[in-house]
Amino acid sequence: MEPDKPFSTEEDPARFQSEGALTRFARNQIATLALILLAMVVVLSLSTRTFLTATNIFNVMRAFSWIAIASFGQSIVIIGGGIDLSAGSNMAFSGIITAMLLVEGVNVALSIGAGLGITLLVGLANGLMVSKTKLPPFIATLGMMSIVRGFCYGLTQGWPVRGLPRSFVALGQTDLSFFIWRVPLPAVIMVCFAVLVYILLDKTKLGYHTYAVGGNEYAASLAGIFTGRVKNVAFTLSGLLAGVGGILMTARLGVAAPTAASGYELDIIAAAVIGGISLTGGEGNVWGALIGAAIMQILRNALVLLGFPAYWQPAAIGAVIIGAVMIDMYRKKSI
Amino acid sequence: MSDTTVTTEKKEPIMALQGVSKYFGGVHALEDVDFEGYPDEIVTLVGDNGAGKSTLIKILAGVHQPSRGKILFRGKPVEIPSPRAAQALGIETVYQELALIETRDVPANFFLGREPTRGTSKIFVDRKKMVNDTVHTLKDLGIVLPSLRTLVRYLSGGQRQALAIGRVMPWGGQVIIMDEPTAALGVRESRKVLDLVLQLKEKGCSVVVISHNMRHVFNVADRIVVLRGGRKVGDRMKSETTPDEIVKLIVGAEML
Repeated sequence: MEPDKPFSTEEDPARFQSEGALTRFARNQIATLALILLAMVVVLSLSTRTFLTATNIFNVMRAFSWIAIASFGQSIVIIGGGIDLSAGSNMAFSGIITAMLLVEGVNVALSIGAGLGITLLVGLANGLMVSKTKLPPFIATLGMMSIVRGFCYGLTQGWPVRGLPRSFVALGQTDLSFFIWRVPLPAVIMVCFAVLVYILLDKTKLGYHTYAVGGNEYAASLAGIFTGRVKNVAFTLSGLLAGVGGILMTARLGVAAPTAASGYELDIIAAAVIGGISLTGGEGNVWGALIGAAIMQILRNALVLLGFPAYWQPAAIGAVIIGAVMIDMYRKKSI
Repeated sequence: MSDTTVTTEKKEPIMALQGVSKYFGGVHALEDVDFEGYPDEIVTLVGDNGAGKSTLIKILAGVHQPSRGKILFRGKPVEIPSPRAAQALGIETVYQELALIETRDVPANFFLGREPTRGTSKIFVDRKKMVNDTVHTLKDLGIVLPSLRTLVRYLSGGQRQALAIGRVMPWGGQVIIMDEPTAALGVRESRKVLDLVLQLKEKGCSVVVISHNMRHVFNVADRIVVLRGGRKVGDRMKSETTPDEIVKLIVGAEML
């Protein structure tokens, strides 16, 4: 480099090449996560005969699709500096509202619309509590988690809603044909939402503002960003996407139970966190959340296939959450 | 430019505060302050901690609303209800805390809150334009940073300062406010910033600089305004005062 110009202001490919492939790779969080995922897949494929079968892989994908979709919404909120504890309750709520309308004979599209509409409103209420009354997101959504769960019990009197029409249940149980594979519809929907949320966060002005608010809210407001609006949108989308996850879950299970998705909010948050989305806000992306959800589900699947008693699953998941965040912190410090 | 100190007194101020007070609860942060900024003039705002300097510039920047008094912009009374309103008037501010997003890269911070969009949609960010304009402006200003993809987290204090100052440049602001622009900088970098301040003045801007560094103050200022305990206690042309007098005004000692 020229002596009077110790650094270049331009995108300088030479400088990046000189860093070495390994450094560049370590810099890329998603690459690191994908590598972990790949390692798990390789180990499981070699150590079990059942893991690397199309049926098992697609079952795993179907199983984490609901969590992943809700986790995309959660990612928007966390990147924007918040947290949404009401996501699990929202999943149950959209399913119950949709199911109750369906058994009353309302058509499928309208029932789903109502289910999604109501969780969208719950999300907006979360956003308004945070942006207008300045409640900490943890408190606002903790309260909302309980309120929504209460509605789930109250509206159903505690009974699961059964007898859902075939046309609805098909949503969670149909497979689409891609070449030689039969890919579950929920997995396809999951990928579609991942792409949409990626575009929103990475390519739009709103996405840039979401990162800014999460990274440094005061700086964002000094720069003229309307931080309240950004938060409202983030929480609303989180409500909506939790609703989508809830509908796919209900369609798959064929029943809407008021106890459904209990504790899922923590899995949803864990998927984002394992995926490198920092709880302090302003960092990470939706692919991380997708891989995070996949890692959790593959781990569950692995424990089953390897014959570990199911009771020990939570301990393994917990260890992975702590390990993933520790690796991520180390990665950030070392570059 | 050597005669600016004479001519500014005849010019219309670009912006003026008249009898502005600001109370935070029972605390009187500013009390009945008049303050003007003229085109092609550098005013330095000095005063001890808690004298009201930051409050004053935040009123101009749309962060705080005055409890009493008027703001005039080009002779007309205005309200500046938000930072965006200040930007729309042509008031650009570089904050002491730099107001950068550490988790984002250089172009994202450069265009923070004012990202250019593609086409007519106003939805999709024009990343290419962001990168090109950032490179261009930084080059023009002689600011050197590592690769633009670097997160601000990994920039040094001087580099952050350069970015924070550089990003207010392309917007054609007529009033440029800088809170301690040389605070985090070494000697050479400070020199650069002071050159930038002089360039802005030559472009016809009204520049307001808060500084604690008496050498820098006397280096660039045309006029020096002293605040103490929320009141304006001095407003001197540089040619009519001395560092000694300014220091005495700041600490409130008896005048000679």
